[in-house]
Amino acid sequence: MSGPGTAGAGRFAAHVRRARQSGSLVVQPRMGFAGARRMREGLRAVRDVAAPTAGTVTVDSYTRVGEYARALEALRSGAELNGFPLVAHGARRTREVLDGVASQDFPVQVRHGSALAGRLVATACAAGADATEGGPVSYCLPYGRVPLRDSVRAWARCCELIAARAEPMHLETFGGGMLGQLCPPSMLVALSVLEALFFREHGVRSLSLSYAQQTHPGQDLEALAALHRLAAERLEGGPDGGPDWHVVLYTFMGVFPRSAAGALRLLEESARLAVRGGAARLVVKTPAEAHRIPTLDENVAALEFAAAVASDERERIRARTRAGLRPAPAGGPYGVYEEAALLVDCVLEQAPTVGEALLRAFATGLLDVPYCLHPDNANRARAVLDPWGVLRWADPGRVPLPPRTRRAVSADAAVGSRQLLDMLGFNERRFDVEDVLGRRLADGAAA
Amino acid sequence: MPKYRSRSGKFVVSGVSSDAHTWNLVFLQLMLEERGHEVVNLGACPPDDEVVAACVHERPDALVVSTVNGHGHMDGERLVRTLRAHPDLAELRAVIGGKLGVDGAADRHVDALVAAGYDAVFASEHGLEEFADFLRELRPRRRAPAEPVA
Ligand code: B12
Repeated sequence: MSGPGTAGAGRFAAHVRRARQSGSLVVQPRMGFAGARRMREGLRAVRDVAAPTAGTVTVDSYTRVGEYARALEALRSGAELNGFPLVAHGARRTREVLDGVASQDFPVQVRHGSALAGRLVATACAAGADATEGGPVSYCLPYGRVPLRDSVRAWARCCELIAARAEPMHLETFGGGMLGQLCPPSMLVALSVLEALFFREHGVRSLSLSYAQQTHPGQDLEALAALHRLAAERLEGGPDGGPDWHVVLYTFMGVFPRSAAGALRLLEESARLAVRGGAARLVVKTPAEAHRIPTLDENVAALEFAAAVASDERERIRARTRAGLRPAPAGGPYGVYEEAALLVDCVLEQAPTVGEALLRAFATGLLDVPYCLHPDNANRARAVLDPWGVLRWADPGRVPLPPRTRRAVSADAAVGSRQLLDMLGFNERRFDVEDVLGRRLADGAAA
Repeated sequence: MPKYRSRSGKFVVSGVSSDAHTWNLVFLQLMLEERGHEVVNLGACPPDDEVVAACVHERPDALVVSTVNGHGHMDGERLVRTLRAHPDLAELRAVIGGKLGVDGAADRHVDALVAAGYDAVFASEHGLEEFADFLRELRPRRRAPAEPVA
């Protein structure tokens, strides 16, 4: 289902494509360690997992916000960082980390979360990273207070750096992950597509569109179908034939179950969703998620688990096909495609370039990410979870909705602190329930 | 809603310079407002001098720092030292909470943060209950009516 351009798309896209042709899902961690030796060890361990993987270098928070001197100071003093300080290490050191580990069968991506990412992306380019992640909106609104206009300008420049590199480099939008939770799927799908269009506008030839698992498997499946459909409609064709593209799913990015069993079940659900929804790649989480930065071993175990679940899901699908059962239709009851398509159209109408259109859309509240405190976000729109976990608009603010879903909007949008925690903790409760009940039963038995 | 009404206070709620997480800030704001307090929320990634300036300007009953990205033990410490170095803020009540390090050990950084200048550090599983106790004991200052701005 991925896009047309194959030739010259680079080794990241080629690896994902080969895996897909052999029927496997590429699995990838979120992993970053401060020290160069440790980072290299981590990459090597991920490479050696017995399934198609891609490597990740997750960057620390100082580097993300441009505090390179603080990152360097922490590196020197041995203070603990929450990721790999790419700029402080520099391109040469980073190249040494990748050398002989990154390859055709194990391309490596730098994941960061930086609005003014010029220096970071230039360093990643120079170090020979196969891919990076970003976007003018998705690496700005959830990641601090840099004005959106400055981020749009910086990301145009980043795309041009990526497009200009001699060995082709891949770029993934984080549009499907906004704030991790409580952002309606149609908004996630629309932002992913809009950022992909922005990348294309600035010359990027190999890209991926993301979607993060939310709180209802049926709605998520529909969202993945909507993302594939909208990407195909908007990215393919044109004089350049369109960029090479694929869809990447993120395991849930919000408040995670605290028990290992609960965390693994949530991860399992995401791996099944990825296969059923036709994603080419899955970025996983680990049972450490609710507590702390995961260790190398926890990352490896999560990848092996996700890969095993994915092949089990494929087996189930084959068995169903053999038995003459058609795959369940990818839904439609939640109206994700209609909402997302309308949003994309309304935004693109705002201005002749995607970058300017995004700025206007946020300034007028056409695009509005619920609960996002960034000064350039209207923060009028509100979303709620219904009792089954379906994410709905409670108050869309000025976000345009098709008549069908506008009717379904619930009126009472006031949310207190207790209800907010309840909504944020929906998956935590859903997947920890056995652990909680088990403990209660055990305590009862002991009493 | 609490059954009693106490004099309401004013709080500055803030992240730290490198921390982008905001659900924690949104939650703390709602919780304090529900108790009848006034909240100034500085949002994600505030540079230290913005936090200091806001405290000087707003004269809150307390500064509530919340951080979960694992850099709190460094950013939070530097912030409170800067705060305490300011002549007007040496006595300001300042607390911090969240996930302060990267290894999940709740109490590892507590002593250092208290030594650096926080009045209280809430980093355990029971952080919120302890914070509720802290709020109950907090006597908001009687404030003079705000000076009209010329
Ligand atoms: C959502 C999320 C994100 C979203 C945030 C969007 C946003 N703008 O808020 C996104 C995807 C953008 C994100 C990014 C990152 N994240 Co994050 N994120 C989470 C996640 C999944 C949930 C956090 C959340 O929203 N919780 C809901 C709120 C309401 O709860 P809370 O924050 O835990 O706060 C509660 C308590 O801690 C306490 N509390 C908090 N502050 C205070 C203060 C006081 C005074 C008191 C009394 C109590 C208190 O009360 C709150 C309510 O119960 C957590 C993991 C998890 N918990 O499942 C990771 C997590 C916090 N993230 C983490 C990290 C490291 C990052 C990144 C640096 C990326 C990376 N290297 O992995 C970047 C941040 C970049 C930066 N510059 O800081 C780590 C932190 C590791 C650590 N401390 O050991 C975590 C734990 C994940 C992990 N295991 O690696 N993240």
